[in-house]
Amino acid sequence: MRRFEYHRADTLEQASRLLVDLGDDTFLFNGGTDLLVEIRERLRRVRNVVDIKQIRGLSDITYDETRGLTFGALVTVGRLENLPLVRQRYPNLRAAFASLGSIQVRNRATVVGNVCRASPSADTIPPLIADGAFIHIYSRTNMRVVPLAEFFTGPGKTVLAKGEIVTGITVPPAGDNAGKAYLKHGRRKAMELSTVGVAVSLTMEDGLCNDIRIALGAVGATVLRAPEAEAMLRGTSLDAAIVKNAADKAMEECTPISNVRASAEYRRDMVGVLTGRAIKQALEAFA
Amino acid sequence: MKRIVELTINGEPRDMTVDSCRSLLDALRDDVGLTGTKKGCDVGDCGACTVIVDGEPVNACLMLAVEAEGRTVETIEGLQPGVDTLHPLQDAFMRHGASQCGFCTPGILMMAKKLLDDNPRPSDEDIRFGLSGNICRCTGYTKIFDAIKAAAIEMEAARS
Ligand SMILES: Cc1cc2nc3c(=O)[nH]c(=O)nc-3n(C[C@@H](O)[C@@H](O)[C@H](O)COP(=O)(O)OP(=O)(O)OC[C@H]3O[C@@H](n4cnc5c(N)ncnc54)[C@H](O)[C@@H]3O)c2cc1C
Ligand code: FES
Ligand code: FES
Repeated sequence: MRRFEYHRADTLEQASRLLVDLGDDTFLFNGGTDLLVEIRERLRRVRNVVDIKQIRGLSDITYDETRGLTFGALVTVGRLENLPLVRQRYPNLRAAFASLGSIQVRNRATVVGNVCRASPSADTIPPLIADGAFIHIYSRTNMRVVPLAEFFTGPGKTVLAKGEIVTGITVPPAGDNAGKAYLKHGRRKAMELSTVGVAVSLTMEDGLCNDIRIALGAVGATVLRAPEAEAMLRGTSLDAAIVKNAADKAMEECTPISNVRASAEYRRDMVGVLTGRAIKQALEAFA
Repeated sequence: MKRIVELTINGEPRDMTVDSCRSLLDALRDDVGLTGTKKGCDVGDCGACTVIVDGEPVNACLMLAVEAEGRTVETIEGLQPGVDTLHPLQDAFMRHGASQCGFCTPGILMMAKKLLDDNPRPSDEDIRFGLSGNICRCTGYTKIFDAIKAAAIEMEAARS
């Protein structure tokens, strides 16, 4: 393995200072499931890692009916996957968590790390964006809260400035009128990165769609929303013909590339298929 | 930089002097001398390096040795209850021919142990889900699956 130095921070302030003082090629070290792989495969030049796992107050999970679900930066995918609340209220998040890597990986990988790595194919990002999640960011001068949809600026790129640290994520409450789904498409069931991932979160009132958000993974430089498809669906009863038209629109709205996992054409087709299926699955909450 | 890491391995307090960028897997194999834990891929894909840290199975290749400070690590060397006795899973693997080259076996046994500790009566789906992070390139999964199922039944019978 390429050599690097390991530092342990006890407070956010100390971690932030180390990020700035140690200079370029210094990275926060959370679960390490991306970082260690990138170091070993020589995809990233790393001179220093700053372990944040000893910092207090970043491991909490809370839920209340007004603010929703908040979890800290150190909370692993496995912990959230097995939380009864997540199973019951956020089946979309549960599907994303349970499909990420293996049990062994999920015991180390954090959701915040998955988000901060900012891969367009990251499984946790589409359902979090569809749910309208917010991300909490610490810096030594102020704290800020950013809608997750505005956090990403490109593949592997975020709005984080040097010395900023994500402390947690808040997902708005899941009401009784909410339906949610995340569908991951890969070549096999386990240990597979997404070829396409589609998340749908919607609310219904009196048989009509009040609001809907569609988030598309692995078909653009960042996870994308499908605003025109969403507009076609709001205020409708989501019958089959309308859903079909909106799914076609989502195919137009995505910008996939071809790579080893699939061609751009195939990805676009799958956006159409999965958008329709995800809406149907989200509606099963009301069946 | 070298650091001294104090931890518990298979119930015994140990310390190891390791480079801070060394993986737990390399430290266990090369510094502690416990070579039962295997390195198949070194990037989290194969599960051959599975060990149990503070009760949870992890890939030892994706953890730094320095992170094991103060923790409890269980490896395949600790699975056997006594010098002459095998764990029921080990016994079932032998009877079912569930190990061919054997490279994946330590990781699969640790994963299966955790599965049965948490869930003594696993469904077929539970077993498949539990093993989805472990790759075997020669035995095929049927015999492995059968061995775990048989061990679960035997362990359940021994308890009652
Ligand atoms: C075998 C294997 C299979 C996988 N399969 C999948 C899959 O199916 N789907 C999927 O989406 N992912 C998959 N992954 C990747 C997934 O494990 C990671 O994305 C993980 O969630 C990252 O979290 P971490 O805590 O391990 O982050 P780390 O590796 O510690 O960090 C990742 C990045 O985020 C930064 N970072 C971490 N915490 C913070 C913070 N608090 N503030 C600011 N920046 C931070 C780090 O500096 C680094 O750049 C897989 C990985 C492996 C090894
Ligand atoms: S060696 Fe660790 S998962 Fe393959
Ligand atoms: S027995 Fe050879 S890899 Fe499984």
